[in-house]
This record gives sequence, structure tokens and C-alpha cells, in this order.
Amino acid sequence: MQISMVEYLKLGSEPHLVANVCTACGTSYFDRRNACAACGAREFTTERLANTGEVRTFTIVHRAARGVPAPYISAVVDLDGGGRVKSNIINIEPTPANVTLGMRVRLATYVTATDDDGNEAVAFGYEPAAA
Amino acid sequence: MNNQDPVWILGTSMTKFGRYADKDLIDLAAEASLGALDDGGVTMADMDVLAAGCLYEANGGVGQRLQKQLGQTGIPVYNVANACATGATAVRTVMMAIKSGEAQMGLAVGVEQMGKMGMLGADRAARSDKQVFERKGRFGSVVGVEGRLGTNMMPGVFAQAGMEYAYENDGVGFEQFAKVAQKNHEHSTLNPLAQYRKAFTLDEVMSSEVIAYPNTLLMCCPTGDGSAAVVLVSDEKLKTLPREQQRRAVKVSASVLTSDPWTEGCQVQPDVNTLTRNAADAAYEDAGVDPADLDLVELHDCFATAELRHYDNLRLCEPGGAGEWIDKGGPWRDGEIPVNVSGGLLSKGHPIGATGVANLFEVATHVRGEAGDRQVPDAKVGLAHVIGLGSSCGVHILERSGL
Repeated sequence: MQISMVEYLKLGSEPHLVANVCTACGTSYFDRRNACAACGAREFTTERLANTGEVRTFTIVHRAARGVPAPYISAVVDLDGGGRVKSNIINIEPTPANVTLGMRVRLATYVTATDDDGNEAVAFGYEPAAA
Repeated sequence: MNNQDPVWILGTSMTKFGRYADKDLIDLAAEASLGALDDGGVTMADMDVLAAGCLYEANGGVGQRLQKQLGQTGIPVYNVANACATGATAVRTVMMAIKSGEAQMGLAVGVEQMGKMGMLGADRAARSDKQVFERKGRFGSVVGVEGRLGTNMMPGVFAQAGMEYAYENDGVGFEQFAKVAQKNHEHSTLNPLAQYRKAFTLDEVMSSEVIAYPNTLLMCCPTGDGSAAVVLVSDEKLKTLPREQQRRAVKVSASVLTSDPWTEGCQVQPDVNTLTRNAADAAYEDAGVDPADLDLVELHDCFATAELRHYDNLRLCEPGGAGEWIDKGGPWRDGEIPVNVSGGLLSKGHPIGATGVANLFEVATHVRGEAGDRQVPDAKVGLAHVIGLGSSCGVHILERSGL
């Protein structure tokens, strides 16, 4: 069985992210909420986010946390239509020449780990997309 | 006392930052505290309040353990922790006690013993994958997110903060970030209290080991041990003290602490800018000081990428112009506004709890004209800034006595 590695990644025929969106001010969040950090309201709806966007900032991590393969590209992506997400840039060599600020990217998924019962955890990252 | 009256630094001291295998945390805090008391010409018996800042032993009763080595007088003790702004928070705590009229004089000390701790951030939180998947935490994650969904390790988080500035502004890149480290390492050669005192060429900075691009090893601050302390006194009390103590006293013209207000994307990539701008703007207004009036600034260069952003956040350069400002030498010790003449966190070191007090020591020492080889000529007013992720920001503006 496959399971998404975080609750806000939805699998299926077209994997995508969902956000908890404040019904009062429209601010979106990926985590479980008690109230809205922007306006204090307490009601949220779930909305689907776009799979495409552009790289707002990145770093290439060479000295990584224990057990994490390096180097890899960490980035913050501004999604088309709103929402900002942090993940890795994948499916390219992690060199400064290969990633540029403002680069167009799209969501892609891969199996990142398997548990003792054979379940596969699916992660998401962003790969370069045509402009 | 009128709470519009200024509070003053009567005495200040810091240990050399470094690694002290032969001393414990309290030895370091005691050295700085006794140094600050001696510098101010007072004793523990004169203190009405004590605030002790220490992050990694935040539940360890550091203030009371320190009293047991310095003098147990029964005064209120506040043990505080606030990420990298822990030391500044200890200072603010004593400030508030004096401003409220509860105390006339108090001691604020920041201390940390980290040794060779390695990179800070999510390292210790990494979860083993050898298990049956079960959703945990507020993101409902089944495996550790570090390295899978970007990085939360400090070198990468601050690299991203810097690269975001490059995304928003022209003339900013690897070379401009590297120049920050070149400057601070060069400055440190004049500071006998710095953990490292070695100059490097720009090429050496850029070609050292990449930790999190664009931050190389020489663009990341070290972990270490150390302590710094200040004795604060009310305006009313200061004016009863001998002339020489009044002359050497340093006026705290502004003391501000902020947290991060909500901004777009702040829960994905920490916003280290808005709270710094808010703190700086409030401090300039409280002090009646303009950025152009500053003779020196000690700011929180935990990584070279962070320092560049803070030129803009603290209004030291034109909006968006931090790259151009370092290119023309603005923050060098002989530039427009000298920044981190101590060597900064990059070379002076960053024992976390001590940092926000040590930068007050540095600015106070310059406005007193007692900074020796590294003295900024005729310094009268300076600003000290710290930021801790989470986030918390402290800004203080200090001025020469004039009494």
C-alpha cells in the first residue's frame, strides 16, 4: 500500500497538495490549526492547491542532517494561484548552475521509504517545468 | 522614578568566547558577572534583581546557581530563554524591573556552553524510518521531513533567507554574501575576545567547504562557550553615584523586543525581516536616532546571508541596496557605518545565551572609547541587534554618557 508522507499531500491519479484555508481571511496552512495566525478566526475549509509555480528561494544542502542523502536542493515555491510551500527540487543535478531564482517547476512524487509491513511512503518535490 | 527616564549601563564585561573544557557554565557566568560588577564599581549587595539567560540549560536554575557562587542576597531571579535573543531578553527583563520602579539596579547575564555542538536545527528530531507508518504531529507525517521537504537546519534556513533577498533585489549573489564573511573575519583580527582571529581572502571564503549554498564553512558561525553581563541602573540612582561612574555610564536610549507578526509564507520559511524592521523602527523612534547617526552596529550575522539582509532591515542602506552597499565597502570598519567590528558571530563566536549581551558589551565599550585596537574613532552612538528563530528580535541603541 502507498501512503502520502504528510497529510497535506493527496495521492491518486493526479497527486496534489491541499491546504486548510481560513474562511474569514483566506490564509492557507498545511498544519492542523487551532486558529488563524493572520486574523484569529477559527473556521477552515480544505482547498486544493496548484501543482505548478516558481522557485522563490533555494539552498543546496551539502552538510545534511544525519541519515539524509546530500547534496540536495531545498526550496520555497510560490504556487500559481496562491500558497507557498517548502520542499526539495528533484530530478536535476543539485548544482548552482541548474537551479535559478524564478525557475518554473511542477509537483512530482516518489517513494521515499518503506515500513516493516511493506507500506510505501510517498513524498513530493518539484521538478523543472517548461516556462 | 518616571518611566520616561533612561536606564543606564553602569558596568559590563564578557569572557573571551571559545571552548572551555576546564570550566563549567557557572564559571563562565561568574567571570562575566563579577567583571561587570567590578566595572560598575558595585557588588551583589547593590543588585535588586538578577536575570540569567541560557538556552540549553533553560530549566537548570542558572540564575540561582550563579548566585550561590556570587552572593545569595534573596533578590528575585528570572531565568529566561528566547532562542538566540535569550541574552537580550535577560537585559529587557532587568530593564522592565527598573522601568516599573521595582528595582534601582540589576544584573543581566547571558551564558552558554555548547562545545562542538555541530549544526543546529532539525538534526536531533530526525525520525527512524524502521517502523510501521503512523501519522504524527501537526503535518500528519509518517517519516521525518528534514531533507525530504526541504531543510530546517540553520545553515540552509538562513541561506534561503539570503537567496530570497537575491530573488527580490538585483546585485545580490554568492560574492556579496561572501564579502560579509571576508569583512567579519578581517575585523576579528583586532578583537582579543573573539573565538577566531584569522583573516581570509574572498577567494578562500568562496572556495571553502559548501555547507548550504551559498553559505560555505567560513560563512557560518561556530558554536562555543562564553558569557557576557551588564549591570543596569536607574537614572535616579545613577545621579547619586560618584562622578566617574556617571561619566562611564552608557545610556540605553532604546530597548525593544519583538516577535514575528504573520506575513505571507512565514510558516513555510521563517520571516527574519519584518520583526527586525519593526524592532529597529521602534528603537529609532524611541531613541530619536536616525540610522545615519549610528557610529557602529553589532548585528546578528549567524550566517553571512543573514547579515546582508539585515543591512536593509536595519535601514543601514537604501531599500534593496544591500549588495551595492557591501560592494562599496559601507559596513567595513572604515566605511559609512561599521558593522560587526567585533568580528561578529562569524568569528567572535555565538554561545547563544551570551550573544545578545555581548553585543551590548561591544557597543558600550566603543561609546566609552575603551575598545583599544578595534576602537571606532569617536563613537558616540551604536545599535545592537539579535534575532532568534521562532522568532524573537532584540534591538538596543546605546549612547555615550554626556554626564
